[in-house]
Amino acid sequence: MNGIVPAPIAALPWRVIFILMALVGFGATVLYSAAGGHLEPWAGKHVLRFIALLVLAIAMSRMPQGFWKSITFPLYLLLLLLLVVVELMGFVGGGSQRWINLGFITLQPSELMKPAMVLAAAWFFDRLPPNRIYGIEATWPLVLILILPSAMVIIQPDFDAAIAYAFGLGVVGFMAGLPLIYFIGAGAALAVVAPLVYFFGMKAYQQDRVLIFLNPENDPLGAGYHITQSKIAIGSGGIFGKGFGNGTQSYLDYLPEGHTDFVFATMAEEWGIVGGFFILFLYFMLMRWGLNVAVQSKTRYGKLVAAGLTCTIFFYIMINLLMVVGLAPVAGIPLPFVSHGGSSMLTMMLCVGIIMSIERHPGSKHGQFQ
Amino acid sequence: MKIEKQATSGQLDFTFSRRAVFVGGVQAAIGLTVAARMSYIAVADNEKYELLAESNRVNLTIIPPRRGWFVDRYGKPIATNRADFRVDIIPDRLVRKDETVRTLAELLTLSTDDVDRIHRELKNAQGFQPVQVAAGLDYERFAAVSVRLPDLPGVTPRQGYSRFYPSGAAVGHLIGYVGTVSAEEYQRSKKPLLITPGFKVGKDGLEKTLEDRLQGEPGAKRTEVTARGKIIRDLATRPDIPGKPVQLTIDIDLHNYAARRLGLESGSVVVFDCLTGDILTMASMPCYDPNSFSDGIGRVEWKMLNGDDHIPMLNKALQGLYPPGSTLKPVAGLAMLRQGIDPDETVVCNGGYRLGNRVFKCLGRHGAVNMRTAIMKSCNTYFYAMGRRIGYDNIAPVGRELGLGQEFSLPFPSQRYGTVPDSAWKMRKYDQKWTESDTLNAVIGQGYIIASPFQLAVMAARISSGLHVQPEILLKKRVAPKPLSFPTEHLDVVRDGMNLVVNGAGTAVRSKLQLENITMAGKTGTAQVRRIAGAQRGQSGAWKYRDHGLFVCFAPVAAPRYAASVVIEHGMGGARAAAPIAKDVLTFLYDRAQAMASLEALEAGWGGNIAQRMAAKYATFQGQPAAPPPLDPTI
Repeated sequence: MNGIVPAPIAALPWRVIFILMALVGFGATVLYSAAGGHLEPWAGKHVLRFIALLVLAIAMSRMPQGFWKSITFPLYLLLLLLLVVVELMGFVGGGSQRWINLGFITLQPSELMKPAMVLAAAWFFDRLPPNRIYGIEATWPLVLILILPSAMVIIQPDFDAAIAYAFGLGVVGFMAGLPLIYFIGAGAALAVVAPLVYFFGMKAYQQDRVLIFLNPENDPLGAGYHITQSKIAIGSGGIFGKGFGNGTQSYLDYLPEGHTDFVFATMAEEWGIVGGFFILFLYFMLMRWGLNVAVQSKTRYGKLVAAGLTCTIFFYIMINLLMVVGLAPVAGIPLPFVSHGGSSMLTMMLCVGIIMSIERHPGSKHGQFQ
Repeated sequence: MKIEKQATSGQLDFTFSRRAVFVGGVQAAIGLTVAARMSYIAVADNEKYELLAESNRVNLTIIPPRRGWFVDRYGKPIATNRADFRVDIIPDRLVRKDETVRTLAELLTLSTDDVDRIHRELKNAQGFQPVQVAAGLDYERFAAVSVRLPDLPGVTPRQGYSRFYPSGAAVGHLIGYVGTVSAEEYQRSKKPLLITPGFKVGKDGLEKTLEDRLQGEPGAKRTEVTARGKIIRDLATRPDIPGKPVQLTIDIDLHNYAARRLGLESGSVVVFDCLTGDILTMASMPCYDPNSFSDGIGRVEWKMLNGDDHIPMLNKALQGLYPPGSTLKPVAGLAMLRQGIDPDETVVCNGGYRLGNRVFKCLGRHGAVNMRTAIMKSCNTYFYAMGRRIGYDNIAPVGRELGLGQEFSLPFPSQRYGTVPDSAWKMRKYDQKWTESDTLNAVIGQGYIIASPFQLAVMAARISSGLHVQPEILLKKRVAPKPLSFPTEHLDVVRDGMNLVVNGAGTAVRSKLQLENITMAGKTGTAQVRRIAGAQRGQSGAWKYRDHGLFVCFAPVAAPRYAASVVIEHGMGGARAAAPIAKDVLTFLYDRAQAMASLEALEAGWGGNIAQRMAAKYATFQGQPAAPPPLDPTI
């Protein structure tokens, strides 16, 4: 950096900030068009929210690694408690409720649990002596960490969140060096259990989602409508798209959730695969940054947290994009930094903030069991 | 635990790096999958999805083509299209059925009969078929529905055209009527036009058989719409191409007059231009009003039509079959002349003819009659004697040449062609020999022989012109008809006899035309409905057992131009019921004022013209319980 820029500003993690600004900026452009050429109701809020959360993330990045390590366990317990509270409130209020309204912000504990789960797992592996990694001691606490919040969200019922927890935890366990046989075994078990869950564990509407995913054309006007319309939007966009503001699918309301879950389709209709590749490239850069931070961190906790949070972000990206192009069932998961929506942006920026913190404080090579 | 299973922090760091590379690889692979899938959708399938996006965006509304008009030989309209506002329900999109129908009934001030019909049609509707709520609305009521559309899903108001028959019931059997497409018809062709609200197809009569000509090409209105159906803007519109008009040989004024003149009777009038075969009139009454069928018929009106013993659903001119009675005597006369019988040879009539131990009665004691006087007096005895002499197998071919028992190539959905019996026919049908008493019955038009009023008119046209005219309903240039196989002298004898019927001392002298220089010739007929029982003779008693009255005629006698048949069901006699109608109808051709005066005097006694009488009848039927009509009344 040259001398004109003050040192504190020059010291900001500009690489990731540029990537995020590009994603949010492009997202805002799409939202602006989806609103028929207006900042209201989505694009303006989207940008403001991002700026506010970026400030928060930068503030978080100032925190040393030790701070995160120290609050990990209390944070996990607090969120677990909040999940119970939410469940009780829902029980009292007579319906499923997933958030707590604090007046100035609505907290969705199941959402915040996603990064917290990663922190908790990393914290556990950090404390686990390396030579115990193959033993039973390495797994049962993990199962406990996973089961408790999962049980709470499944009651809600929010399968998507439970799957996200398992994914985050699994990635941390994998990176921490758990034997490969666990993962191969889990994959095999899943292949056996999935049909059983489908037939005995799922409610009718969830079964429908899976069926419709397998063949959306069966029900083009019913629940398969989302996937069909999304493919029409992407497919009709072609290579260069219909041009900014010319997307009929979103503009005429054919594409449902065109500003949230299906924002990628809205974008692809107007910007074509060129726009799609641009977004994929930005995500690639973001992932590269996250994994780089992980590899370059000197502490086990830092490595695992950075890798785990990067993969949590990736989980969102993957599920959303596969859904939008018709390769995964419809799930209510937004596209990070592009979709309109406060609570997902909050989760994502918390992840980014912690990764930034680890980037800034790689730590020194001494763990508890050095 | 084995030693090689022991892990150190350094090993775990190494594992981490390796696995991080693996995770990065998996992420990249998924990214590439998404990119590949997206490229496939957007490049390989681009055309398909562009089309789908376009069909999402653009709502193609079919504009039903205006139906071709029917006009008469002078270009006067018989069936036209009236611009109207209409409201339909698309059953598929209907959400709250009862509530919606109730709201519509209130907004449109529908009668309970209408509401009832809508409910019934909705129950039987196939989802795609529009159900008509009301047509022919004024703008205020139309607008009242239009502004409430957001609360009435499934209701479609539109501006269109509906079929209009200015003559009303008078042309019902001639033209037929139109109606919405039935499920079977839609299944056959699947054309989207067929289920467009407001689109009607011919259901009966010429409307049905000339459908292809009348239909026209639909137009299309393209609008950009949102997913919720809100119209954003209009795109290009292609106008409809109206169906071609059809010009009929009918003289609609004459036709309407004939229909009105039939009055309270159940019967038919057919008038031909006997030189060309053009059908000038084919009236059959009573009849339904095709206008009300075209708008969807209500329960009460259906009951009124169906419960009528005068059978308003039947086209009596083409589909009614009657024993022709004495109207066949000119046919027998021609056959006798051909067999060499001298027309001046006399037969003494003593009131009957003995065959074996059975006496065949005549209506009077006519004394010595020759052929002309026998036709004039309608003397059965003469025809019994002469018919027996030549045999019926010599008479039947003459009847067929004159049109009896024949089917004509006319665009009507059905015509019944009756029977001209002979010995071969009887053997085929009953496996019995033809007897002489069969001959005696057939020669006076009773027994096995039956014919339609239309055929009788053809017969009259052929006898009067001497030409083998072919009946035609569509006005066009045709080759001149060939002469019949009978010599003119033979035809003249018969025509003389028919002239005497009206202008001599015959059976229909009271129906002589009151015109200068123009005279009518004819032949009365009275056909028994059942065997004569006791003294009743079919002249009294219950209406349905009374004799039919028939009359065939032509005019002017000097140079025949028009030929007609009038058949009055249970009219008790040709001279009494049919000939006066024929007289007025033919008078109308020459002196409208005189004919109208006579009609108006009669209508005053009948309780008004056709429309007034039907309205009065409808009023008395209203409020009575009624069973619902079938969806397609013609089936």
